[in-house]
Amino acid sequence: MREIIDISTQDIKPNRAAVLETQGVPPNKELPERILSIFDTAMELLLKFSHPRAILADISIPEFDALYKGEGLNEKETPLGTIFRKADNLALFAVTIGEQVSQKINELFNINEFAKGSMLDAVASVGIDKTGDIMEKHFLDLLRKEEKLTPSTGILRYSPGYCGWHISGQKKLFEFLHPEDIGITLLESYLMKPLKSISGIIVAGNREIHIFKDTFPFCKQCKTHSCRGRIRSMLKKSLKRE
Amino acid sequence: MDILRKISEALQNGNNEKVTMLTKKAVEENISPKEILDKGLIEGMNIIGDKYKNHIIFLPDVLLAAKAMYGGIALLKPMFIEGNMPSAGKVVIGTVQGDLHDIGKNLVGIMLKGAGFEVIDLGNNVPPEKFVRTVKKENASIVGMSTLLTTTMPVMRDVVNLIKKENLEDSIKIIVGGAPVSAEFAREIGADAYSYDSANAVETVKALIAEKDEGKEYKVKSGE
Repeated sequence: MREIIDISTQDIKPNRAAVLETQGVPPNKELPERILSIFDTAMELLLKFSHPRAILADISIPEFDALYKGEGLNEKETPLGTIFRKADNLALFAVTIGEQVSQKINELFNINEFAKGSMLDAVASVGIDKTGDIMEKHFLDLLRKEEKLTPSTGILRYSPGYCGWHISGQKKLFEFLHPEDIGITLLESYLMKPLKSISGIIVAGNREIHIFKDTFPFCKQCKTHSCRGRIRSMLKKSLKRE
Repeated sequence: MDILRKISEALQNGNNEKVTMLTKKAVEENISPKEILDKGLIEGMNIIGDKYKNHIIFLPDVLLAAKAMYGGIALLKPMFIEGNMPSAGKVVIGTVQGDLHDIGKNLVGIMLKGAGFEVIDLGNNVPPEKFVRTVKKENASIVGMSTLLTTTMPVMRDVVNLIKKENLEDSIKIIVGGAPVSAEFAREIGADAYSYDSANAVETVKALIAEKDEGKEYKVKSGE
């Protein structure tokens, strides 16, 4: 299976609280109209200038084993290094919302519309993360159609540059998946262009395989520990399906 | 003076039109551009900076205030000799070679300008030689580097080494920041300071300049 998917901009509309959190605003904080109006403008611009597209391809465990070795720069022990070997199904993915949003952000900064530029950047970042959620859901639906789901299946995605998977892993991922077909290119520094793009592996398997402690040596440098929330969310979704 | 207080308040409210209107009025009342800048615009931004640091206001408020400040500055700038605004110091900033992320760096630039610094923003994907060439050409006191990628962090070290090679380490202070960067990394590569966000960057740059002026050595502090 290898498919290219056009995603509706409406589907990537981010939640206001999630966006405002990236701007340092705590949840449930009442905000003045001028800030809310900036959020609304940023949302309109996102819908106008984003063109979400995705590519998804399944990959076997031995194939991913070779790919995951990458340039040999991963941390010695990583959560994903253990998890993927226990998976039932794997799929590589890449998603982008296109270059125009980034261009618009730059334009806004250039005309001193800093608050709008920064808010559009935040809206786009949360939006691109939502496209990742959409890909997880899409893969889940495919597995359901193929009757490959079990009551205990949990689905979670992992990306190069996080949790000990070195960002240079992008090279082999691109060689296998060819996200160029949806307009994503890889720079020498392994940065994806357009900037608002994400890539990685979606792992489907017993939900227990995704549970790990954030006590790896590299976890000390992590400023977010967002794995905790992601694991909780995966468990919640999986248990709900059960 | 009442009008300077009003400029400061309008700026704190992010009211761009009002700041511009009041700045014009202050000029017409023969208040010196330097006084309008220091006691109206920069004073307002300093209050904004403090409120932001203490989580009383949030990033969008700061950025609206910055836009209002830029409106006032645009009016005042031609009134200084050859357009040379008084400056708290000259800072060269950029995102290092290989990285195109520049929102964080832009925010630092905006906040530094708001605090009265002259900022030369080299943009993103900046090669080490360009940092050093610009610092020399502009006779800047500080160079600030940003990156969001672990793969481009070594470029920061290249810039530090190049500055040392050119025997500029006594005249230029180096500050680094960005998601994967830490105080430990700053110390390791020989940078003078690390900053964890835009408000902290302003404080750190002020401290670097003050200590440089006093001939003391700034010690890299741990971030948040």
